[in-house]
Amino acid sequence: MSTEPFINCEHVSCTYGNAAVLDDVYMQVNRGEFVGVVGPSGSGKTTLLKAILGTHPVAHGSITMQPKLTLGYVPQVETVDWYFPVTVEEVIVMTRSKSSWWPRISQAERKAVREVLDRLGIGEVANRHIRELSGGQQQRVFLARAMFRNPDILIMDEPTSGVDVRTRHEVLHLLADLHADGLTILLTTHDLNGLAAHLPRLVCLNKRVIADGNPRDVLTPSVLESTYGAPMEVLEHGGMPLVVDHGRVPMRGEGK
Amino acid sequence: MLAFDLFEPYGFEFFQRGIIVATIAGALCGLLGVFVVLRGMSYIGHGLSHAVFGGAAASAVIGINFFVGAGIWGIISGVLIARVARRRVLGADAAIGVVTTASFALGLALMNRYGQASKSIEAVLFGSVLGVKVADIVAVSLVAVFALAVIVAWYRKLLFSTFDPDVAHVSGVNVSVVEVVLLSLLSLTILVTMRVIGTLLISALLVIPAAAARMTSNSFSKLLWISPLIGAVTCFVGMNVSYHLDTSASATIILLDALVFIVVYTVAGTRNRMKMASLGHV
Ligand SMILES: Nc1ncnc2c1ncn2[C@@H]1O[C@H](COP(=O)(O)OP(=O)(O)OP(=O)(O)O)[C@@H](O)[C@H]1O
Ligand SMILES: [Mg+2]
Repeated sequence: MSTEPFINCEHVSCTYGNAAVLDDVYMQVNRGEFVGVVGPSGSGKTTLLKAILGTHPVAHGSITMQPKLTLGYVPQVETVDWYFPVTVEEVIVMTRSKSSWWPRISQAERKAVREVLDRLGIGEVANRHIRELSGGQQQRVFLARAMFRNPDILIMDEPTSGVDVRTRHEVLHLLADLHADGLTILLTTHDLNGLAAHLPRLVCLNKRVIADGNPRDVLTPSVLESTYGAPMEVLEHGGMPLVVDHGRVPMRGEGK
Repeated sequence: MLAFDLFEPYGFEFFQRGIIVATIAGALCGLLGVFVVLRGMSYIGHGLSHAVFGGAAASAVIGINFFVGAGIWGIISGVLIARVARRRVLGADAAIGVVTTASFALGLALMNRYGQASKSIEAVLFGSVLGVKVADIVAVSLVAVFALAVIVAWYRKLLFSTFDPDVAHVSGVNVSVVEVVLLSLLSLTILVTMRVIGTLLISALLVIPAAAARMTSNSFSKLLWISPLIGAVTCFVGMNVSYHLDTSASATIILLDALVFIVVYTVAGTRNRMKMASLGHV
């Protein structure tokens, strides 16, 4: 078994037109890791994932990946066309384009789809149109699609955006289970306390990598201020860092 | 006795040939139209039909076979359009507009200069049932069989790269190859449909049946037969109606399609109106 990193980003810069979005990003993801990328909106998180996936060009530097790595990608749900005429089953099965020459979904595939969906706790939605799902179910359908390929590494863009606290818990538990089973995971998130603080490793990104390491070491006021450009305080709660945002706007009618 | 004989037109060979070509072409346009509509490519369909017109005129002047000349021209335009369209920054619409209208203008100029009469320009612009030959039947059938084979064999690739090109790319689908093949099929379809429907109205035949079908179903696989069915039936009925009313075949067919669309839209009602959002910028 090779000990090279799964993904190795060295001095990576990306642009949109003339605007530099990523600058000299250096990051590695090793087999079996569970890494979260945090940073403000527009800090280049999605762009970094796309560069890794090869769907956005790298202007400078290089991204190397272990050969024959199977990637599973879960896009940011906001980018999905929810009106597209497909059912959950069709979405999941479309990743197997080489299975047979006839497009019909086979019994074996149908069973495999059910298994993946059951594992993610949404076995009952297989035949629904993708629009007829809750936010958490939608998230899990796309996770199921990625899992259907038996990936070596799962790459997820904001897996908990727009879901409630309970669903966030469920997704986090699910990911922790998958990670415990040996899956390597790289995700982005805006959720510092609900998701990021629970991960074994965090990368703070704002055009550049500001900090990289254990949340205890990374979630500090100075790192957060240089990442988000706003003052934040970090408390400790139940042995975990808890980020408190002080950018409070006083509301009218608020008592002393 | 009937005021008119429903079967009268079938006594004419030109009508027999025309209705065969029109019906197959309607099914073919309906089939590819599903991709045109779901990918938001209606503008590309419009552009390609104009580009193929230029190719048709040029091959007439040079004296090579219509299908060979206009076909090669159409496929090259399709590939060029795909390349231009990928660079979204550059205002792809404008770039496509320049390329295809220039091609169209070239076609017009060539026909003015070298064509026999304005009659032939009109035939290419608006289609002409009279000009349909046996070769057209063979051509439209070949393209239809080929398109069907590609869509069956590549069903999932096509679906995946239409729905979610980035993830399809990551999952090992060669999205650019799929796109080029689709655009080539589109060019070929326009090529074999042009003589009956004419340059100006082909894009409508590519969009309307698929848009109407989209409102009847939420399933991609069902769209792939509902839309060709609408295309074929409206072309068949439209050809008959146009004979009896003495109206242009292409105009009659498109009006029928529009009628089907309006009826489906009304029947589908407010519940389905939401689905229109998926038609994007069509
Ligand atoms: N298609 C595009 N064309 C031009 N600029 C873009 C495009 N996509 C993103 N950008 C710009 O690139 C920068 C980084 O965007 P990116 O989507 O990577 O940020 P992000 O960290 O994922 O943000 P969010 O948290 O809001 O998802 C932003 O300033 C954005 O405006
Ligand atoms: Mg993003």
